[in-house]
Amino acid sequence: MQFDPMIPIWLQVMEDLEVGIITGKHPPGSKLPGGRETAVQYGINPNTAARVYQELEKLGLSETRRGLGSFVTEDGALIARVREQLAGKAVDRCMRDLARLGVERSAAIQMLLEREEKN
Amino acid sequence: MLESRELTKKYGSKTAVSGISLKLEAGHICAMLGPNGSGKTTWMKMAAGLVKPTSGEILFEGAPVSIESRRHIAYMSTEPYFYTWMSAKDVGKYYEDFFEDFSVERYRNLLARMELTEDLKVKALSSGMAAKLKIAATLARDAKVWMLDEPFNGIDLLARDQIRECIVERAGEDRLLLLSSHLVEEMETLVDRAVYIREGVLIESVDLEQLRTERGLSMADLYRQIYTGKEVIA
Repeated sequence: MQFDPMIPIWLQVMEDLEVGIITGKHPPGSKLPGGRETAVQYGINPNTAARVYQELEKLGLSETRRGLGSFVTEDGALIARVREQLAGKAVDRCMRDLARLGVERSAAIQMLLEREEKN
Repeated sequence: MLESRELTKKYGSKTAVSGISLKLEAGHICAMLGPNGSGKTTWMKMAAGLVKPTSGEILFEGAPVSIESRRHIAYMSTEPYFYTWMSAKDVGKYYEDFFEDFSVERYRNLLARMELTEDLKVKALSSGMAAKLKIAATLARDAKVWMLDEPFNGIDLLARDQIRECIVERAGEDRLLLLSSHLVEEMETLVDRAVYIREGVLIESVDLEQLRTERGLSMADLYRQIYTGKEVIA
C-alpha cells in the first residue's frame, strides 16, 4: 500500500480495512488479521496498528473477543453507513480538485454524468 | 528505557554531540535523523557503551550504561565487522559465543527471510547482502534495545521491505528500536517517533502521528524544514 506521509498512517490503514469490510474482503462476522499481523503486512509501526483496531472498535465496526482476536461486525446497517461516509469523502475529494481547477459545480456534475456515459 | 542527560562528546576541538538530553521509552520504534556528521552515530555509540562521553550521562533503565547493560543493548554499526574468511554460518557461531541472548534458530530464520544461505562467504557478498547479514545477526539477539545505524544503506527496494518486516516483528511493548538513516522516506510508516539532530544538538523529538494531525507535516517535511530552514507549505 502506498501511504501519504502527511496523513496519519492509522487513518489510512483504517480506511483500507473499512474498504475491505465494505467490499466483502472481510465479510461480517469474519476474523480480522491481528494487530501484529497488520503491522507486518502494511510495514507499519505496531503502535499504529493497535490504534487502527482501537478506532475500528470505537466505531463498532469490529469487536474484540478475548483471546480470539477481532471480528467484523454483523451490523449490516453500520457497514452501509460506512460505505456512505467513504463515498462522501471520495465525492468531497473530487469536488475539491475540480474547484481548484476552476470548474464550477454545475459543470462538474455535467462532467461526471458524461464520464459515466463514456464508460 | 534509554535516556541521555546533557550528553556531550568532544573530539579535540570538534564537538560531535552537544548537551543532548533525550528520553526514549520502550514500546516504540524511533528514528534518529540528521545529515551525515550531525552526531547520530556518536550518540548511539555512547548508548552502546563503546564511546565514553566527555560529559553528561547516558542511562539504560535508570542506571549508567555499563558492561552489564551492553548485554541488553544490541547495536549495529555502519562499519563492516565480520572477518572475510567467515561464512554466514560462522557469523552465527561468532555471535552465539559473544551474546547470551543470540538465537541460532532465529538467525537461520532471518537469513532465509532475507534470501541468504548459511554457506555464503562474507568475502563473496555484495554490499547489499553484507548489509542484510549484519541486520540478521543483530536482530537474532533478544535484546531490550536495538540501535541500528543506517539499516537501509546500500540495500535495494525489495530487500528494504524484507528488513522493514523483520524490524516490525522485533518490536514489542518492552522493547525499544532506534534506527538512524538519511533515507527518511524509508522510515516514514515504520517509526512512531522521530528525533532530529543538527550539528550535535537536539532540535526536536516528536510523535509522528501527532505531527501529521496537529501540524499537517510528514516526518520528511519536518526534516526539510529543520535542515533547510524553509517553511514547508502543508
